Amino acid sequence: MAKRSAPEVNAGSMADIAFLLLIFFLVTTTIETDSGLNRKLPPMEDQIDPPIIKQKNILTVVVNKNNQLLVEEKLLQIEDLRSTAVEFLDNGGGQGEEACNFCKGKKDPASSDNPEKAIISLKNDRETSYKVYIAVQNELVAAYNELRNREFLRLNPTLGMDFVQANAKYSDPRTSEDTRDELRPKLDVVKAMYPQKLSEAEPSKTS
Amino acid sequence: MSKFKKKKSGDLPAISTASLPDIVFMLLFFFMVATVMRDSTLMVVNVLPAADQIQKLDKKDRVMYIYAGKPSSRYQDKYGTSAKIQLNDKFASVTEVGAFILAERAAKRQELQNVLTTSLKVDGDTKMGLITDIKQELRKVNALKINYTTRVGDFSQNVE
Repeated sequence: MAKRSAPEVNAGSMADIAFLLLIFFLVTTTIETDSGLNRKLPPMEDQIDPPIIKQKNILTVVVNKNNQLLVEEKLLQIEDLRSTAVEFLDNGGGQGEEACNFCKGKKDPASSDNPEKAIISLKNDRETSYKVYIAVQNELVAAYNELRNREFLRLNPTLGMDFVQANAKYSDPRTSEDTRDELRPKLDVVKAMYPQKLSEAEPSKTS
Repeated sequence: MSKFKKKKSGDLPAISTASLPDIVFMLLFFFMVATVMRDSTLMVVNVLPAADQIQKLDKKDRVMYIYAGKPSSRYQDKYGTSAKIQLNDKFASVTEVGAFILAERAAKRQELQNVLTTSLKVDGDTKMGLITDIKQELRKVNALKINYTTRVGDFSQNVE
């Protein structure tokens, strides 16, 4: 019997097949991941008696149906919201036990006592545009981030990143467990200094 | 002498294409790994508002999506132009949101059920009334972690 060698498979069309697959995946690819503003909704429970909060510790932000911004019942441009919120949160007008030793604000007795007590109350109309609502949310988060960055850098000057970067690193699934354990207490300290107390009004039941 | 005479040819040698499949395969594998398939077709106009204080969304398998906005032009004669909610591949009313979340949650793995985030992909021109309704529904089913999905940009783009 004559020994026959196996015929060689022609691989010339391999490139064509690969190209076909490549084009398919190219078309179906969406690389970008979504990002946005994380919020936590309050649990649904009927609060029997809401705690009494001093009026000076509340910053009322209202967006009306014409997309106008009212802060403490005065018309304000969205551009100025961030600085207004920072001023309010960082005021530290409290005395004695309520004093804030890291605030750099004006210590105005008519504004908030300390960041722990300061609450931003956000109300919006049903006719408010979502775009404007997001812009307002964004600016309020920015105010908190600005203050948190400042304190984070002051407490951890050697780390080489601010609060936002550290938080992003902490929530990144690729970060190792050791780094997370290291970051967690540092983040928690700053979060406790400027807790994000952003309350949204319950929608009125009648309308 | 003639032994060392170079074979002279005027035309350039053909470029070898033998490594072409390798290169193409390399690209192919990259795109295969990076691909995320679109799982539902959008039936609403979905121009997300801009924000810059954003955080990355969690991994895909921990996220539930709720879309809202005006029906896109080819659905407008059937469904009208007022803003609607889209769940999976169909329009839904506000009351269906709760059931949708519960069904989605039940479909996820046990250990993920407590860490789910609801991503609200809402068109910028929608009125807040609809979003408030969605949020109330989410609170009813205890889906409290939400994410207002936005695109990256300065807030001033929203106010114009």
